[in-house]
Amino acid sequence: MFTVNTDTRSKKLKNRVALTDTNLLLFITIAVFVVMYLCAIIFLGKGFTKPQAFFNILNENASLIILSCGMSLVMICGGIDISVGQVTALVCMACAVHLDFQGGNIYTSMLIALGIGLAFGLVQGFLVAYLEIQPFIVTLAGLFFAKGMTTIINASQFNVENEQFKALKATEVTVPLMGSYNKAGDFIPAYVEVGVLVAVFVVIALFCTLRWTKLGRNFYAVGGNNQSANMLGINVKFTKFMAHLICGLCAGIGGYVYFMHVGSGSPSHASGAEMNAIASSIIGGTMLTGGVGNIAGTFFGVLSLSTIKNIVASLGLDEAWWTNITVAAMLCIFLLVQSVILARKNSKKK
Amino acid sequence: MTESQKQLQPKKSAKGFFGKLIQNQLFIPIAALLILVIFNLIADPSFFKISLDESSEGFLVLSGYLITIIDNASELAILAIGMTLVTAASGGQDISVGSTIAIAGSVVLRVLCGTDSRPDQMKAPIIVAFIVCVLVSALFGAFNGMLVAYFKIQPMVATLILFTAGRSIAAWINNNELPIISDPSFGYYGNFIPGIPLPTPVFIAAVCMIVIALVLKFTNLRLYAQSVGINPSSSRLNGINPQVIKFLTFVILGICVAVAGFIKVSRLSTINYSVVAKDIEMDVILAVALGGNALSGGKFNMTASILGAYVIQFLTTTLFKFKVNSAAISAYKAVVVIILVVLSAPIVRNKLIELKNKISRSKANTQVGKEGV
Repeated sequence: MFTVNTDTRSKKLKNRVALTDTNLLLFITIAVFVVMYLCAIIFLGKGFTKPQAFFNILNENASLIILSCGMSLVMICGGIDISVGQVTALVCMACAVHLDFQGGNIYTSMLIALGIGLAFGLVQGFLVAYLEIQPFIVTLAGLFFAKGMTTIINASQFNVENEQFKALKATEVTVPLMGSYNKAGDFIPAYVEVGVLVAVFVVIALFCTLRWTKLGRNFYAVGGNNQSANMLGINVKFTKFMAHLICGLCAGIGGYVYFMHVGSGSPSHASGAEMNAIASSIIGGTMLTGGVGNIAGTFFGVLSLSTIKNIVASLGLDEAWWTNITVAAMLCIFLLVQSVILARKNSKKK
Repeated sequence: MTESQKQLQPKKSAKGFFGKLIQNQLFIPIAALLILVIFNLIADPSFFKISLDESSEGFLVLSGYLITIIDNASELAILAIGMTLVTAASGGQDISVGSTIAIAGSVVLRVLCGTDSRPDQMKAPIIVAFIVCVLVSALFGAFNGMLVAYFKIQPMVATLILFTAGRSIAAWINNNELPIISDPSFGYYGNFIPGIPLPTPVFIAAVCMIVIALVLKFTNLRLYAQSVGINPSSSRLNGINPQVIKFLTFVILGICVAVAGFIKVSRLSTINYSVVAKDIEMDVILAVALGGNALSGGKFNMTASILGAYVIQFLTTTLFKFKVNSAAISAYKAVVVIILVVLSAPIVRNKLIELKNKISRSKANTQVGKEGV
């Protein structure tokens, strides 16, 4: 009798804990996105009902999705990486200079992008994991280093004229069965850019890694509790190192996707992208304290964020200023929600 | 009796650990300063020339690179005061100082200009503008402090909110206009007061330093901030409220930001929201780190932080002198930061100490061996 009682109680407790952690935050995120998109459709008219409107959000934010996925990974592992935005700018500039001034082709430029991302990931990962320096300081230095290097490579903005690259940039992949009719009644299929395919691939790859591989589960364990992970025999330092390495790699890939979208190199590219990536991760239910998070949530976080931006832009407000304020306000709200959830969890434990 | 004991204690410990203190804290900034001075002496001795010139308004002022350094480092030193306290108590840094400076400056201009963006004369006394600016900045500091202390969000992430929104709020305060104040008396606080050859920000920074020195001497702020930074829960058990202390340090930083912002707008008599005090948070954190203070909280040395601020400005001015692009400077600074944090990382330090011990031990062993023979 007694044992049965405890069994059901523990089962109930398990369910509740599962709901308060990752799943609850994921549900909130998806709900927010759906509500926001419906609001956009209702208040801002028919533009948002076309499939292409949705795919445009994807086209514009493919690189942000990749950056945010890397960021989520680091945050799940209990760290943070604020260098990703400037690494993106550095990748754009390096690839642009390589393509235009050094006569490179797109494959070598891709290698450069991956190399830059890997280099940042390696150095930052080593400093954070093996020398145990605060991730924020390390990546802040990384941010400024990337910023300075971008200017040193080339101080002004210019468009890439490489034919091969232009062809790649203009490639549009049509989405089957999706599209809309224009005024003449012709069917226009919806399209996405190549970058979106890369982004989707990264999302799926990281999602599977986090869910089904040993390394992926280790990320959660290390982020949740450093010491108990260590006692379980997990190599904490290596796990942290890998998180930063993958994040750096994501920054490299995201940088190239951004480059494919804008087709130019400029020191001011992707400024503040790290902010958006962190905000998307937090909105997507990744907890700053580590151990909680979901790549799918991050994906919806990016979509929510960009839907807000679209709404702000179409309301006719001064975009540059008001987007920042709305993003910050949203970030603030989600941080407070997280804090409340955490406080409730702690009080339950006691 | 107890009070005199309390006052004596820090002095005693400073004397007792004098050698250690120099090795740990003041050594790094002084060494960095010496390296920079020697580098400049070799590269170009005219760096240290100070001349007494007549300014455009017809009075004598001092000019030269050294004057530029102590002038431009004023804001940095003032911010370093607040940042050191925040770092000590909360174990994190405030990255919104640059944005909050934009807000503070915007508030000053809004009060002085009213609704007119090009007023012939100021609409309010400067002191009123300053007080309003201090209040508003303290309020934003309190916002950060509330998130950190009461909602237990990591300081850097909590301040990320204002870091994003700050410059937008600053622009919104002035309806995205760029007010210009033509009255020369407003410029006194950022440039020169007629008849005094040293720039005014130097004096303002000195006043701030004296105030904080007095506060640290006559209140328990130092002790409380350190104990909260080292162990919040045990300091709570000892009757210190860690939340209030953390909150308080952020409000103090807010006030420091207000003073720095006031100097910044006074320098130009106008403001550019997206450029003013850009990347200053990096310099301030660097100053604190250069002062040898642990960025993870705990013990701090205010003198070392302030000295660190001057060293940073020395580095910046040196780089400017060698015509390094202002945006490229950040790359050099990042390298300096990395070297510093690597050297001050506990693991690296322990390894170095181990190495030292090994060497001394092997020496001792060989000596013992010789004696035995």
